[in-house]
Amino acid sequence: MSEHTYVPESKFGKWFNDRLPLLTLSKHLQDYPTPKNLNYWWTFGGILTFCLVTQIVTGLVLAMHYVAHADLAFNSIEHIMRDVNYGWLLRYVHANGASMFFLAVYIHIFRSLFYGSYKSPREIIWILGMLIYILMMATAFMGYVLPWGQMSFWGATVITNLFSAIPIVGESITTWLWGGYSVDNPTLTRFFSLHYLFPFIIFGLVVLHIWALHVPGNNNPVGIDIRKPSKDTVPFHPYITIKDLFALLIFIIVFSAFVFFSPNTLGHPDNYIQANPLITPKHIVPEWYLLPFYAILRSVPDKLGGVILLFASIFILLALPWLDKSKVRSAIFRPIYKQFFWILVIDVLVLGYMGAMPAEGLYLLIARIGTAYYFLHFLVILPVLSSIEKTEPLPASISEPVLKG
Amino acid sequence: MDKPDKKTNRRDFLFTASYTVGAVGLGATIWPLIAQMNPDRSVKALATTEVDISQIEPGKSITVLWRGKPVFIKRRTQSEISDAESVSLNELKHPEKDQDRVKKSEWLVMLGVCTHLGCVPLADKGEYNGWFCPCHGSHYDTSGRIRKGPAPVNMEIPKYEFVDSNTIKIG
Amino acid sequence: MLKKKLFAKFLFFFIIFNSNLLASEKEFLHVDWSFKGFTGKFDRSSLQRGYQVYNEVCAACHSMNLLSYRNLGEPGGPEFPINEVKNIASSFEVTDGPDDQGEMFTRPGRPSDKFVSPYPNVNAATAANGGAYPPDMSVLVKSRKGGADYIYSVLMGYEDPPANIKLDDGVYYNKYMDGNKIKMSKPLMDDIISYADGTKATEMQMAMDVTTFLTWAAEPHLEARHKMGIKVMIFLIILTVLVYLSMKKIWSRVDSEM
Repeated sequence: MSEHTYVPESKFGKWFNDRLPLLTLSKHLQDYPTPKNLNYWWTFGGILTFCLVTQIVTGLVLAMHYVAHADLAFNSIEHIMRDVNYGWLLRYVHANGASMFFLAVYIHIFRSLFYGSYKSPREIIWILGMLIYILMMATAFMGYVLPWGQMSFWGATVITNLFSAIPIVGESITTWLWGGYSVDNPTLTRFFSLHYLFPFIIFGLVVLHIWALHVPGNNNPVGIDIRKPSKDTVPFHPYITIKDLFALLIFIIVFSAFVFFSPNTLGHPDNYIQANPLITPKHIVPEWYLLPFYAILRSVPDKLGGVILLFASIFILLALPWLDKSKVRSAIFRPIYKQFFWILVIDVLVLGYMGAMPAEGLYLLIARIGTAYYFLHFLVILPVLSSIEKTEPLPASISEPVLKG
Repeated sequence: MDKPDKKTNRRDFLFTASYTVGAVGLGATIWPLIAQMNPDRSVKALATTEVDISQIEPGKSITVLWRGKPVFIKRRTQSEISDAESVSLNELKHPEKDQDRVKKSEWLVMLGVCTHLGCVPLADKGEYNGWFCPCHGSHYDTSGRIRKGPAPVNMEIPKYEFVDSNTIKIG
Repeated sequence: MLKKKLFAKFLFFFIIFNSNLLASEKEFLHVDWSFKGFTGKFDRSSLQRGYQVYNEVCAACHSMNLLSYRNLGEPGGPEFPINEVKNIASSFEVTDGPDDQGEMFTRPGRPSDKFVSPYPNVNAATAANGGAYPPDMSVLVKSRKGGADYIYSVLMGYEDPPANIKLDDGVYYNKYMDGNKIKMSKPLMDDIISYADGTKATEMQMAMDVTTFLTWAAEPHLEARHKMGIKVMIFLIILTVLVYLSMKKIWSRVDSEM
């Protein structure tokens, strides 16, 4: 931002800006040169910001009515649903908002995978994004525990028990996490506290994510470096803002359809039964957005092994910029990678489906193949591809017809 | 979002319309976030409390909770009643007849909340033998009217009725 | 463009897969409920009859402790007139207290009171029903796969057990129950109650009415939600069109240069 030599017109503006350069920042954000060929897959950054703000605002308001106590939590949610003015709306927006947030983040991540946005010089943006994603999963998981329904309770039990797989200290860690010998009131209250805290950490990381983005500037569908500003770029405002806004509105329409006409479809009926430590529901499944990881966990017949693989499947993504060494970013010019990209998408969807099925017979076999392929993609296919793949010639600039040669 | 280039009227109209409709939507979105802080249905439903007053001796009072606030129910002695009734209206900061503040002159039912900043006044204290607010020194008489101190008006009389001679329903 | 289509396809299949998950393994009876769909509303008189069924049949064992009598008069529900709500409330003995002596006492109910439970606690309810706790009915419809269809199916699903199935005492055969066994005896039979509005109390009628009532109880703001949803959708579509046109205008400057 230091290259900006913006001077506000008004005297007060100048006085203020000399002391706190907010106006320079705002000018920077408005004029920020953006590749003009960004397609709609690029609008999910703005959509995700909207999701985060929506979750924070509705969450803040719900916390005014929610009671974090094992005996009262379930009924306080129903109190919100029944008695609080617009309580049902706020809660359904918050609950479905979590799903919409993940839907958007998955599109955002796969966009990055397709167009190679994680590659040099954008590794830090990618890593920050992955940290946000991991925190999102933690936040969503703890939020799901708060209504203290059957799925909340047993989800919390199963997930916290993952840590008991750690040799020697495992038991101590779970006891420490629970604040007791099982998931109970102390667990609920600390989850509430952390569920309130994490979104603000996410917010901070988002600021860094955007800051890091503004250093090299946006990647683009062609994936080539561009000069900024040039005729390949447009100012962020109004060109990108209006496009983001349009995409956001389409997104909100889908979001609203869930909230107003099908608010419980993405949830699980068992969570409308109050938590009962004596009875486990017949079929425990996490929320849909965690299913692929759940499938990976269950595909290993060993407790510790499953947990290691589960965490590995997430943390391997952090190393992605160094696993894929290909200099060409966009899959448009990588004919083989493009195929493998789509196979990965299918693999993750299949894993998600298997995560929701009982872990037995054919389901388990497919889940194991899917898990093996997931790791194969990142650990073998990507490194090998980067050295053997023959990429197509890149255009010199965005304005030059892209597929000329 | 400011000053998009103004080239044609249609563009102007389009942008103005977008901004206007967008602003309406934003306002409509904010409303539920504000309205949720208003009393909810369960709070509104708890509007009445019934109190048994048969055990109260003359000169004594009880305090009951109604809508989260104390209500004083005082069975006044004859001298307290005549004190209250004999005061001339122009001595009062907030002129109200005692008869207008009670349904039966023996019974004073009033919100026990100082009208200054909401503390609960102490009974049988102060220069007028009524109530005295310890927070900032407001003196109330035996009818709960402000006589001295910073409070602006008399203590409030809630809506109440005698269900029978022994029971009062507040609210 | 092919990729986009492919992606859309995958997304589509993903959603279908997941919705298959949510749909149950068993086919329930399907009823064309008035509260289904974008503009779905409750049938007022069905709700009122449904309350009567709950009160005269179900309430013998099932609590509904998230509901208050006042709810019966609130908009979007059975909408009993206020006087009738007061009458209904005062027909129940509510335990209140402690009084000045520290004793608990009973008094006639008020609209602000919660529905009186048939048993003082879960253990008492379990003990009185042969070890099977009759679940609280407040959110029952939302806590079962299949929702209203499921509740209706179970109510209508009592049959004589097939010859190869042996049932213990106090266990009944039900076509739609998980495992086909249920500890509740067949609750509805023709004319076990007589409706205040004169409707003939057939088994099917009562099952429909009480299911409607339970659906409302689980989702009391369903009508408000649908109504607001329609308005929001119309608004969003208008705004989206306006923003789309604005976007086209703004981008025409760039696109013409290309």
